[in-house]
Amino acid sequence: MFYHALEIDDGKCIGCSRCMKICPTEAIRIRNGKATIMEDRCIDCGKCHAACPADSIYIKQDDFEKVHEFPHSVALVPAVFLGQFPDDIRVSRIYAALKDLGFRHVFEVESAVDVYVDVKHRYARENQDKEPLISSFCPAIVRLIQIKYPSLVDNIIPVKAPLDISAMYVLKTLTEQRQVPREEIGLFYVTPCAAKIAAVKAPVGEKRSIIDGVINMDSLYNKVYRKIKEQGKGYSYQALSTPQLSADAILSTLTNGERRICLAKRSYAIDGIENVMDFLDKLENDEVEGVEFLELRACDQSCAGALLSSENRFLCGERMYARARKAAERERNGEVARAREMEAYKDFLVENASVEPVQPRSMLTLDKDLAKAYQKLEKINKLKSYLPQVDCGMCGAPTCESFATDVVCKQMGMTRCIFYQRHLERLNDITRQECLAAMNSVWGNDPIGDANPPEVK
Amino acid sequence: MHQEYTVVEGDFVNAGTASSSVKKTLKQLGVNPQIIKRVVVALYEAEVNAIAHAYGGKVLVDIEADKINMVVADKGPGIPDIALAMQEGYSTARPEVRDMGFGAGMGLPNMQKNVDKLNVTSEVGVGTTVEMEVNFV
Repeated sequence: MFYHALEIDDGKCIGCSRCMKICPTEAIRIRNGKATIMEDRCIDCGKCHAACPADSIYIKQDDFEKVHEFPHSVALVPAVFLGQFPDDIRVSRIYAALKDLGFRHVFEVESAVDVYVDVKHRYARENQDKEPLISSFCPAIVRLIQIKYPSLVDNIIPVKAPLDISAMYVLKTLTEQRQVPREEIGLFYVTPCAAKIAAVKAPVGEKRSIIDGVINMDSLYNKVYRKIKEQGKGYSYQALSTPQLSADAILSTLTNGERRICLAKRSYAIDGIENVMDFLDKLENDEVEGVEFLELRACDQSCAGALLSSENRFLCGERMYARARKAAERERNGEVARAREMEAYKDFLVENASVEPVQPRSMLTLDKDLAKAYQKLEKINKLKSYLPQVDCGMCGAPTCESFATDVVCKQMGMTRCIFYQRHLERLNDITRQECLAAMNSVWGNDPIGDANPPEVK
Repeated sequence: MHQEYTVVEGDFVNAGTASSSVKKTLKQLGVNPQIIKRVVVALYEAEVNAIAHAYGGKVLVDIEADKINMVVADKGPGIPDIALAMQEGYSTARPEVRDMGFGAGMGLPNMQKNVDKLNVTSEVGVGTTVEMEVNFV
């Protein structure tokens, strides 16, 4: 079983199948009138979440009350979090609100970008034979490659995300410099997307993460914004030290953020999961030559367009750019030395920033045994010739091909296909009751309700 | 399992149709990704050859549980000296084809590198048939 963060609320799901049709890994089926997610195929990209008209797809998060269980609770926030807030709200005010909500420390995860980049560059220098090297920054992309492009797993740079490096750093400073016992420290990651949660709960290439809890960015945004509104304009708050990220660090989570500072002669930054799949298809065929580095992100506009970003992706992105421009100016004027904060622990962090190579787990493989897989494929091809290839989705699978695969691999009945039903009806091989039962198993017992259908002339 | 594809002269847009489809089938079978890569690279190379040098042709693919057999048969000028064509860097591609990034003279040598068995037969003025085989284990 593979952990994934997206869940469907059966009470809210109306079984409309929009999620099923949009899912890039064909991980959703309709059963008994409700969408269900196939755990081994879901990469937590969140396409379904965005497509759901009934708000029934949600992201599991930890109970916020957990924050109060630790004397030293730390909010590890991504730079896109600050990009959520309107321009008239000062950063210091946001930090004060986080403190009032129960966090003792606030730390921007991109503080570790300098270390992260350093580790990537070292790896790139020593592994030119594995080019094009693919950034492991976006966890949805790592999972996509594992299940759909298994031949490319060795191209993924096996390095921890800035989040994990930041977490190691915070832990180190609190325990060593301030002598806080580990059990008093609670590390909470404020996540902009579902894939990052899955990466924390079930990290690829690591045994377990040191993060103690995950909080969804949209729900924290609400809490912080409400707090600020409650406190009103004249509220005097205690000033916390506010972050001093470098311009490179602020931009790193946006599209081109890694590419603009990579050392490759030829590189591409691709955002949007369909665009990424188009490119990986070509790459897998060796049709693209001479590429040294790839920055691939599942969301359009990268993390500014993340699932739990409540702000418009372009408005959020521009705020981050504005912040980066200011940071760059301060750097140019020598007003701030570039974040030297982590320098003391840099060697330790660099040493511990690697992860095990990523392993493939192909979703396409029909059977572990090649001979059996061959038999199954022959059956699937035969069934396909009976199916209309219109991909209507009435069988509860996104395409005729995925339906044929389900029939063979999960021993489902072919009668869920309405075209096949008509065919059997003509042959008097199926009763009306059997037809209804097959349809009900997909769409539930009474998808159009009790109402008498209107007469249509 | 038998698959057939038609290759049209000069249709570079559709180069890779056969190799992409074969790739998907082999993934379904769970063939080792590195072997899939070899098959796809060799077949793509052969497809491009038929598009670039000949007047089109056919791709015939037969997949068994332990190996794949691929035949790319074109109608075209043929290859007068097969041994010469097998050398890296040797190419008879027209300048306009080279401008498109093809015709580096790596086609046949690249196929040879990636397959377990390669057989090229050709008749000048009639066409060329490339037969390739890759074992799955």
